[in-house]
Amino acid sequence: MTNGDLPVPLHLAAALDGTGWHPASWREPDARPRELVTPDYWVDLISEAERGHLDFVTIQDALTLQPDGVQGRMDAVLIAARVAPRTRHIGLLPSAVATHTEPFHLSKAIATLDYVSSGRAGVQVAVTASPDAARHFGRRPAPESAQARYDEATDYVEVLRRLWDSWEDDAEIRDSATGRFIDRKKLHYIDFDGKWFSVKGPSITPRPPQGQPLVAALDDGEDSRRFIARSADIGFITPSNRGEVAGTVAAVHALRGDAPPVKIFADLLVFLDDTAERAAARRRRLDDQAGVEFTGDAAVFGGTPAQLADLVQDWHAAGVAGLRLRPATLPHDLLQITGGLAPELHRRGVFRGSYSTAERGDLRATLGLPRPANRYAPA
Amino acid sequence: MTKPIKQVHLAAHFPGVNNTTVWSDPESGSHIDFSSFAHFAQTAERGKFDFMFLAEGLRLREQNGEIYDLDVVGRPDTFTVLAALAAVTDRLGLTGTINSTFNEPYEVARQFASLDHLSGGRAAWNVVTSWDAFTGQNFRRGGFLPEDQRYSRAESFLAAAHTLFDSWTDGAIVADKQSGEFLSDPQAGEFSYTDEHFDISGRFDVPRSPQGRPVIFQAGDSDRGREFAAAAADAIFSRHGTLEAGQAFYADVKGRLAAYQRHPGDLLILPAATFVLGDTDTEAADIAHEVRLAQVSPQTAIKFLEQLWNRDLSDHDPDGPLPTVDPVVGENTIARGRASVRMYRDPIATADEWRAKAAAENLTSRELIIEVTGRQNFVGSPTTVAETINRLVQADASDGFILVPHVTPGGLDGFVDKVVPLLQDRGVFRSDYAGSTLREHLGLARPRAARDTPKPARV
Repeated sequence: MTNGDLPVPLHLAAALDGTGWHPASWREPDARPRELVTPDYWVDLISEAERGHLDFVTIQDALTLQPDGVQGRMDAVLIAARVAPRTRHIGLLPSAVATHTEPFHLSKAIATLDYVSSGRAGVQVAVTASPDAARHFGRRPAPESAQARYDEATDYVEVLRRLWDSWEDDAEIRDSATGRFIDRKKLHYIDFDGKWFSVKGPSITPRPPQGQPLVAALDDGEDSRRFIARSADIGFITPSNRGEVAGTVAAVHALRGDAPPVKIFADLLVFLDDTAERAAARRRRLDDQAGVEFTGDAAVFGGTPAQLADLVQDWHAAGVAGLRLRPATLPHDLLQITGGLAPELHRRGVFRGSYSTAERGDLRATLGLPRPANRYAPA
Repeated sequence: MTKPIKQVHLAAHFPGVNNTTVWSDPESGSHIDFSSFAHFAQTAERGKFDFMFLAEGLRLREQNGEIYDLDVVGRPDTFTVLAALAAVTDRLGLTGTINSTFNEPYEVARQFASLDHLSGGRAAWNVVTSWDAFTGQNFRRGGFLPEDQRYSRAESFLAAAHTLFDSWTDGAIVADKQSGEFLSDPQAGEFSYTDEHFDISGRFDVPRSPQGRPVIFQAGDSDRGREFAAAAADAIFSRHGTLEAGQAFYADVKGRLAAYQRHPGDLLILPAATFVLGDTDTEAADIAHEVRLAQVSPQTAIKFLEQLWNRDLSDHDPDGPLPTVDPVVGENTIARGRASVRMYRDPIATADEWRAKAAAENLTSRELIIEVTGRQNFVGSPTTVAETINRLVQADASDGFILVPHVTPGGLDGFVDKVVPLLQDRGVFRSDYAGSTLREHLGLARPRAARDTPKPARV
C-alpha cells in the first residue's frame, strides 16, 4: 500500500502490564514479580523497548487490585514520569481512568509528563464500571450504561484538550517595562459546563511541548468506538483475524466525520520463540500453570519473530497504522520483539532502524502527526 | 547538664508563584522546564539537604477579576515532577503539597505510595486544605466545603490515607514461583474507612512502600492547625523564622505532643526562610535592598495595597502616601486564589498601623510595602548566615529551615557552595547522607502497619 510514492510508515508499540499479559507469566524463570514496585523494573523494560525503536509503550493501570496473576501495582502516570528522564525517544502512554478522577488533575499531570519527557507524552483514557472502583472512591456509582460512561469520558477528554490549549504558546512574556510576567490575554478560561462536571480553567500548567499530548483509547464495543472516533488520536482495536482489520478501521473512520483521522493500532497478544513449536509449548506450559487456557479480548499469536513480521505487514496492508503488541511474558516476549521482530521488519525495509534525528523529535513527529493549532489562539 | 548540640535540618523550596521569586533577574530561567527542577534538586542533593519542597495552587490567582500577571504564573503537576526528579536524584527527599479538599484519599494514597516506591523511600506530603468555591470551580466537587469543616475533612482525609497505606504488610508479596503463591496475606490491601466525610472500602492496590507512609507535613498556623500537626504530622512548614516568634511557636507545638503520647523528636519544626548572601554583610545588605526593589515593583506595590484595602486602587500613586480611604471590610473580593489575604484579620487596624509607620519613617506606598511584606530572613556573609541559622536551631527557634531562594533555578547554588561547608565545619550538618530514606534523614521512626500488629484472639 502506498501513499504517493512513499510507503505508509509502520508503527509498533508495546503494552506493558505487570510481568506480562498471561496470568502465570510471573512464574517464568526470567520474571521479576517481586520487583514490580521498584523503579528499575520499569526503567529496564522501557529502555529495552527503546532499544527496539518502538514508537511508544503503554502502561496498564486500574483503580482496583488485580483479581489474579500478579497483585499490586504503582500509578502508571508516575511510572512514566520516573522513566522519562532515563529514556530519550520512546513515547510514554500511561493509562488513566476517567470515571472517578478529576480531569483538571489529569490534564496537568499529562502536560507535566510531556515536559519531563520533552514531548513524548500521551495517555490511554479508560472507563470503569467496576463496583469495587466506585467503593474505593465512595462518591457515586459509575454511570450505569457503557454509553453514559463513554459520554462522560468524551467530556473528560474535551476538558483535557481545552486545558492544554488554555495557555497560548507565547503567553509568557517577561515584560520588565510593564512588570508583567504573562500576557493574560493569552490565557483562557475554558468554561466547560457539562452533565458530569464543570471546569473553569485555565490550567495551572502552561501548554505542553506537543501542544496536546496524545490521547489513546481501547475499542471494547460500539460506545468505545464512537469515543475513539470523536476524542482520540490513537485507537487500539482488537480484530480476531486479518479479515476483521479493514472493516473495523473503516467503521472507526466512518464515525470520525470530518475530524482528522485517528491512528489505528491493532492489539495482538504474542508468544514469541525461535521456533513455533517452542512458542506453542511455552503457551501450553503457562496455561497449565494457570489452570485455564488463556484468552482475552485481543487475538493471540504464537510463533517466531519472522512469522510475526509477516502478520504485521499483512495487517498493516489491511489498513492499520501499526500494531500494539501485548507480551505474554516479560521480559522474554519483549526481548523477542526488540531483538527479533523489529530488526526483521527493518531488514525488510518497513520499520525504522533508528529514531529520527529531526529537530522535532516528539511523539507526534514519530507518529507523523502534526502539532495541533491552539483553539483559543487567533488564526 | 549541658544541652546536646542539635543537628540542623535543611530543605529547599522551589521558587514559588509569588513576588518573592524575581523573574526579572537576568539569571532567572524557566519555571516549567524539567531542567530547572533537575538543577535545583541536584544542587540541594549536592548540599546534602534533607528534602526539596513544592508548593501548589489549583487555580491561577486573580485580582480585580483578572488573572494576576505580575508574578511568575504557572507550575507543573506536583506528583509528576517529583516522580521525574526521583530519576535524577538518589537521596534527596521529595515533598509535595497536595490538597485534601479537591482530591480523594484512594487516589492520593496510591500516588504517594507509588512515589515512595519510585524514589526508594523519599516521599513526603504537605497536607493542605482549602474551601474556596473559587478553586472549586475547577473540580467535580465544586466549592462545597464550609470553611469551618476544612480541618475536619483534612483530618479525615489523612486518617483514611493512613488506613490505605497500612493495609499491606511489608512482606505481603512472596511470589513463590514453585508453589504459585503470590501473596502471603490473602487479604492484603483490604480496607474500610467510614466517618462523616468518607465512606470507602475495598482493596488498596499499592503494596506497602519503603517508608511505610510518606512523611507528613502540615503548614497551617491556627490553633486547630497546630493541634492537627501535634496529633498527626511529622514536620511543620511554619512561618516563624525569628528568634522570639520561633521559640514561642516551637514551645507551643512541641508542648502539645505529650497529649498524643508523642515525643519532641517526633515532630520537626521547619520554618520557611529567604536568604541573601554577599562577600561581606554590607554587600549582602546592598544586594538585599536591590532584591526587595525587584520583588516589589511599583505595580506590585499597588496590588499589595489592594489586597489589604480590598478595593480597586489602580489610580493610586505608588510613590505617594498610603490611601486615605479605609479598607472595605468583609469577604475579600479583590484578590482570589491566594492564602496571604487571610492574614489580614482586621484590615482597618492594619491600615492604621501602616499609616502610622509610613508617617513615622516618611515612607511612600511602595517603600511601606517593601518594609511590611519583607521576607528576608538571612542577609549577610556566608559566615553570618551559617552562624545565624545554627544559633536559631540551638536556641530551639526551629529544627532547621526550608530555604526559599528568589531565583530559579540557580538561587540555591551559592548557599550550597558557601554556607553548607561552614555548617559542616561546625559539626551541625551532615557531610554525607547516613540513610537512604527521608524518614532516616529526619530521624523519624518508620511506622508499623496496622496489619503488622498481631490481631487479638477472638473470644
